Amino acid sequence: MTGEEATTRGWVNRALALNGWVVFLFLYAPIAVLVLFSFSADRNVGSWGGFSMEWYQRMLANDPLMRSLRNSLLVALLSTLVSTVLGTAAAIALERYRRWATRGVFDALLYLPVIIPDVTMAVMLLMWFTTIGWSLSLTTIVLSHIAFNISFVAIVVRARLANMDPSLEEAAADLYAGRWRTFRRVTLPVIMPGVLGGALLALTLSLDDVVVTSLVQGPGSTTLPVFVFGLIKRDVTPEINAVSTVMLAASMVLVMVSLGFQRRGDSERVR
Amino acid sequence: MKRAPWLLALMLMVAGCGLSDGDNAADGGDSPGAECEPGQVDGDLNLYNWSEYMDPELIAGFEQEAGVDVTETFYDSNETMLAQIEAGGAAYDLVVPSDYMVETMIDADLLIPLNRDALSNLANLDPDFTAPPFDPDGAYSVAYQWGTTGLGFSYDVVPDPTQLSWGLIFDPEMGAAVAGRVQMLNDERETLGAALKYLGYSLNSTEPDEINEAAELVREAKDRIATFDSDAYDDLLIQGETMVAHGYSGNFFTAFEAADAWDSFGYGIPIEGGTAWVDNMAIPTTAQNVCTAHAFIDYLLDAENGAALTNFNFYASPNAAAEEFILAEILEDPAIYPPPDVMDKLEFIAGVGEASTLYADAFVEAKS
Repeated sequence: MTGEEATTRGWVNRALALNGWVVFLFLYAPIAVLVLFSFSADRNVGSWGGFSMEWYQRMLANDPLMRSLRNSLLVALLSTLVSTVLGTAAAIALERYRRWATRGVFDALLYLPVIIPDVTMAVMLLMWFTTIGWSLSLTTIVLSHIAFNISFVAIVVRARLANMDPSLEEAAADLYAGRWRTFRRVTLPVIMPGVLGGALLALTLSLDDVVVTSLVQGPGSTTLPVFVFGLIKRDVTPEINAVSTVMLAASMVLVMVSLGFQRRGDSERVR
Repeated sequence: MKRAPWLLALMLMVAGCGLSDGDNAADGGDSPGAECEPGQVDGDLNLYNWSEYMDPELIAGFEQEAGVDVTETFYDSNETMLAQIEAGGAAYDLVVPSDYMVETMIDADLLIPLNRDALSNLANLDPDFTAPPFDPDGAYSVAYQWGTTGLGFSYDVVPDPTQLSWGLIFDPEMGAAVAGRVQMLNDERETLGAALKYLGYSLNSTEPDEINEAAELVREAKDRIATFDSDAYDDLLIQGETMVAHGYSGNFFTAFEAADAWDSFGYGIPIEGGTAWVDNMAIPTTAQNVCTAHAFIDYLLDAENGAALTNFNFYASPNAAAEEFILAEILEDPAIYPPPDVMDKLEFIAGVGEASTLYADAFVEAKS
């Protein structure tokens, strides 16, 4: 390597590192501001009025807000759990029967919910529930979130499955492992990062959703994002910053836990 | 108040599917009003409203007084609310639609006529609100809160608010000083309505010539307009991005209050006139407990309760009897309670029927 090449390389590396920092700044600066001002005594975002827990106290005392937070968490957890199980099963089924002639059709059907605009999805679900005569409630929100999450989970899990060496499952079968045991001890550990990734995606989509939820909600089942978007008659208060900070802390814990799982999975494989 | 184009599309999609004649719809329309006595309740109340638009203490007070539970559900736009009522899957007893939406819902047979005998406090309502153009007999709706659409401005460019004019936007000479520092609402009725007012026409004009003239005015002013925006206009003004901002009264007040910027900024109705908007209580056909809904409307029509609502959310009350209980700072604020000469120049936005496509097309063309 000539000296000149090394210099160029050093320069490129430095630029890349700098870019990394810029990206992180870009991602986290707004979040930092939000967290910071949730502790400000001043109602005005932009001027620091000293440290205060006032907005957290107000948040806890605000019944409609706390109720929507509870609804959001309940919907997100339930829909993530169910859609992760169903989506993973769907991915395995599609991968296993990939030689079928109709595979293309099923693939397209799986991708469709990802592509259709939220509004269309929302109207479809609303019409479906009213056609079959169900009253709208927390249940219809959970079912709707499961409906749009399954596809996302299945797609993420399939990407992982596609890279899986089929000889692993064959070897397990050779060693007299039953199908369930093969799945538990071989397939699932290999695709676990995909399953967790899909679950996290589902959780995020569910916590974020406004369009579908606002149409399929029933009395008393407003979720946090719908509540926040409904604030247009009033200005957004630092109470909302406080709730967002709590949600942020919760999702960070979740990401940590899932990263921990993945790392453990990786190190086990090395052994 | 705020209209998202895709939501209108959605509304049409739901309407097109004819779900409104579903089983859930109570028999509204033909049977006028329910047989209720004043204050009579027939079950718990499902209230469907905007977030933070209702004082929690008023809810608690009604629960205690009437002995029923109130469940609050929140929506983010008139169109979302309409879609849900139209589909009929949820038993909301009371909704709070804006002016134009009341008319849409009456036309779609989605509201139950009110039983006036059950509203003992109806006389408290200001006569200005008893026969609005969107519900000419006041048969379906009772005003909840109201406000205006006008101009927020920096005192640097409008030293004398009594001379505030739409000319700041539409007159090339007057607008020269603020060229590029002006924002208008991204709303065909509001923005073309402002131009119509400037030209001396009604903002509910259905004359194609007048609408086109207004659109032409907006097109000419486009080079001086920084943006057509309905969400962040108050922030843009306070941050100094704009000097003149077109928007809703309440949003400016909360923004000025939050930034402690009353000395630098003001809000007013231009001398040519502006829009008055009003949100209303109405009972949708999905209602299960019609008497409780009436009782709740009557409860808010009470003078002290009406005042409590205004003291909570800083919007003007249509309840004339409430005025003696409203905080002086609110009552004396001419931007919340405009003086009589300004009141005379305000117009409600009414439905314009077929002409609504004219407005939509003219506005899109003017912006492009």
